Amino acid sequence: MKLPPFEYACPATLSEAVALLASHDGDAKAIAGGQSLMPMLAFRVASPSLLVDLRKLPGLNKIAIDSDGVKLGAMVRWRDIEDDERLKTAHPLLKAAIAHVAHYQIRNRGTVGGSIAHADPAAEMPGIAMTCDAGIAVTGKSGSRVIKAADFFLGALTTALEPDEIITEIRLPAWPQSRRFGFQEFARRRGDFAMAGVALYYDPDPSGKASNAHVGVIGVGDRPQRLTAVEAAINGNTIDEATIARAAAAASAAVEPQQDIHASAAYRRALTGTLVERALKIAAA
Amino acid sequence: MKNTFIGAPIERREDLRFLRGRGEYVDDLAPNGVLYAVILRSSVAHGRIKSIDTAAALKIPGVHTVITAKDMPGGPPIIPMRLQPLPEFKPFEQPVIAHDKVRYVGEPLAVVLATSAAIGEDALEAIAVEIDDLDPVGSREAAAKNKSLLFEPAGSNRSLVFHARKGDADAAFANAPYVRRERLKTGRHYGLTMEPRGVMAEWDAAKGRLTVSGAAKVPFFNRRILAKQIGLPEDSIEMIENDVGGGYGARGEFYPEDFLIPFAARHVNRPVKWIEDRRENLMAMNHARETEADIEIACERDGTIIGLRGEVHTDMGAYMRTNGAVGARNVVQFMAGPYRVPHVKLDSLLWMTNKTPVGTYRGPGRFESSFYIERLLDMVAEDLGIDRVDLRRRNLVASAEQPYPIASVQPTNANDQYDSGDYREALERCLTEIGWAEKSKLQGKLIDGRYHGFAVGCFVEGGAAGPKESARLAVNDDGTITVFMGSSAVGQGVETVFAQIAADALEIPMDRIRHVYHGSTNTVSDGYGAYHSRSIVMGGSAVLDATKNFHAAIREAGAKKLGCDASDIKIGEDRVSGPGGKSFALAELAGLTAEGAFLNHKHTYSYGTHAAHITVDAQLGEVRIVDYVVVQDVGRIVNPLTLRGQVIGSLVQGLGGAMLEHLQYDDHGQFLTGTLADYLLPTAGDFPNLRCFVTDNHPSPINPLGAKGAGEGGIVAAGGVMANAVANALQSFGAQPRQLPLTPTYIWELVQAGQRQAAE
Repeated sequence: MKLPPFEYACPATLSEAVALLASHDGDAKAIAGGQSLMPMLAFRVASPSLLVDLRKLPGLNKIAIDSDGVKLGAMVRWRDIEDDERLKTAHPLLKAAIAHVAHYQIRNRGTVGGSIAHADPAAEMPGIAMTCDAGIAVTGKSGSRVIKAADFFLGALTTALEPDEIITEIRLPAWPQSRRFGFQEFARRRGDFAMAGVALYYDPDPSGKASNAHVGVIGVGDRPQRLTAVEAAINGNTIDEATIARAAAAASAAVEPQQDIHASAAYRRALTGTLVERALKIAAA
Repeated sequence: MKNTFIGAPIERREDLRFLRGRGEYVDDLAPNGVLYAVILRSSVAHGRIKSIDTAAALKIPGVHTVITAKDMPGGPPIIPMRLQPLPEFKPFEQPVIAHDKVRYVGEPLAVVLATSAAIGEDALEAIAVEIDDLDPVGSREAAAKNKSLLFEPAGSNRSLVFHARKGDADAAFANAPYVRRERLKTGRHYGLTMEPRGVMAEWDAAKGRLTVSGAAKVPFFNRRILAKQIGLPEDSIEMIENDVGGGYGARGEFYPEDFLIPFAARHVNRPVKWIEDRRENLMAMNHARETEADIEIACERDGTIIGLRGEVHTDMGAYMRTNGAVGARNVVQFMAGPYRVPHVKLDSLLWMTNKTPVGTYRGPGRFESSFYIERLLDMVAEDLGIDRVDLRRRNLVASAEQPYPIASVQPTNANDQYDSGDYREALERCLTEIGWAEKSKLQGKLIDGRYHGFAVGCFVEGGAAGPKESARLAVNDDGTITVFMGSSAVGQGVETVFAQIAADALEIPMDRIRHVYHGSTNTVSDGYGAYHSRSIVMGGSAVLDATKNFHAAIREAGAKKLGCDASDIKIGEDRVSGPGGKSFALAELAGLTAEGAFLNHKHTYSYGTHAAHITVDAQLGEVRIVDYVVVQDVGRIVNPLTLRGQVIGSLVQGLGGAMLEHLQYDDHGQFLTGTLADYLLPTAGDFPNLRCFVTDNHPSPINPLGAKGAGEGGIVAAGGVMANAVANALQSFGAQPRQLPLTPTYIWELVQAGQRQAAE
């Protein structure tokens, strides 16, 4: 479990970093907090010829909040989100989800951009990005672009990021104060990757009925997903026992979970329904 | 002066060293010119080796040598069994490196020596291994088919059957008014140590001496094995015990690396160090626990147990390792636990499979058998409409029945008996401490979305394995005393407890015991180590014996010096005095030393009761512990602080086995749990509400201290108690857990099955 041989660079500017990534025929890898990449190197399941350390890149560690929403610099760490009091109102769902990320030591190091780029199917941040229609701003040798979360996650540990592109920012659309939300996940031990997790929100209309429901799940497929069938079961309805039961049933029906050493597929299917039920109850409470 | 250090809550002497970062582990040693060993391990579970090509690896800068079986003239040595060395096991013993076949994922194929471990790992990728796949034996069921054989000459994948017998079980079952038969199984665990294993070997060619650091648990025995294998006299090998991060029965047994690294050092005439990484640790250190029982219990209508009958199957993995048979023997020998069972007929079948070999892990066979008997008792109670606690009260061995004989086991001719104790007393204390009478009214109740469950289970824990332990006392230049022990330190706090025992025996303040040296082969003439919860009983009693000889030697020396009779000599704290006011400083006898030993062929049995109050979220299959109490009587408490640490620590390990831990393979023998994200250990937040109460109401009659082995009791009953608590919580679903670990998926499945049944 010693690291394989690689070259190391720690550029001071984004353009330098991009140039370094572009110079190694797709065999260079950016490293931010290293909480996913370092174990992969130790197990030698990744062995890039060059590691490009992003820690000196300026301006990537800011959390900006304005009327457009929340912009998380790619180097923002979980700890920064936990400590930022403004997010309690600016994006309470993000705050609720990030409370479940791993353990103290990892939260002090792990970054928003690293988690998005790593794209673990059970990770919270990709789930929030997916649920909230986040834009993922990236810069590469051919310039900058914003990729919609729905187009970004292609499979387990697979994204639309080009080898020379670096994530610079995650853009979460503005959060209306009347929005209702819930986040629920369940892992065998606290801090582990969840066997399933659910992030959801809706906007109550003046009559109290739900609209604009967004329901995302993690841990039950090869990537974070939106569950449109569940959203349809919620939209236009009062969030009462009957709606919650319909939504939970729709969630269980909608997912195609995998089996692994921690949980069976049938369990994950049921768990997804249970978590939707509980998240909705919290949202409506 | 009469001391009372024994029984006092003395803080651990070793902690100051550890807390200051001054512990010295084998990886802290780095002599000049050291080469790092990295081991190529088989990625194939079962196959025939065609070739191992190391040419490309040898070209990598920094790679010194690659060693394979071909470098060992006469073929690789075989690792003999330490415990139960039966001739039947011979064909199944492990060579130190694979040479014809590989039999598990993780089996050593080659050893790379390089200037760094990282370069060594680079070289692993450059070694080309050709292996013809053979049908893997991925389970004990597959083993029983004997279609694919791990050892063709043996003709069978079954290495042995142990027979545990008492009374006449068949006749008793034929006439029994009530019988229940169950199939139950336990997961595959291991004694995961925080610090993985490590070996550092130095060869002094001029003196023909080999020094091996990283020894633990049984250094003297391992020296005998190594001397024979490597062709050196025993006294040309020094085994050095360093600080270690945990033992749990797994560290310190003789593993392939315990030959390979010393061999490599001699082969290249340079110091060689090997530090196991976590992935290796998961697949190379002894596994344990994976058993399945098909057993019956017979009772009278009033719940009096008549007998136990049936079979237990153990998945032994690929080889019979040094202590590999202990768990499989114990699981049938101790199935009855602390309960009076007049008739026993249990067979234990040992199946060889293409998995990492098994060895002992804290409470070997006892954790498993306690799960079996405790599950059965709760089912019996339900069937017969008897209160679960009353059922246990009725069947616990009474103190008047001590010493109580248990089932004898063949072919090892194991005949044992419990030594002393009032098991009922510990049960009642435990019920009081957890508040059973009041709180258990919540049994099965659903409160705020969680079902409340309770369980109680009783256990015995064996200790004090013989045949012998040694201790030596010596006078230092400043008149303080040093204690040398044959016992080994694997984190139990032996430096503290032996200092307590020695200070009491010598009737001197504890700070006059300057050092307690332990384990290394250069401290005493002979030693037996740390296993079977034996250190305090065996080592402590050896200290008492050494004290007698030490005092006699001082009297003799004093008599000579002062010209008087030895019987007139008085030994003070730091002075020796004779008649007429003549005296001299003890320091004047610097270098005086005396050895002592304790010989013993009997075992101690500490005992106690666990009780749990849990809640279960039936939708998630999630269990939380509200309160968990262990009461354990250990005969005589030497240090309540270290003892409580042992009880709580072993309880957490037991809960890990009950709820989380399971080493898994697929049907092809591929290892699926090679990281700590796969093999789930308890973390600090998982089981916060654990309490223990230790007592010493009933000393052991078999040793002068009255002490009993006490390092394993916390683990023993945890599986059965947690499963029974889950059954109790989910009684409205008719849930009956029949396997461990109690994963969320498994608990959820029990709830689903119950709901389906209710709907039908």
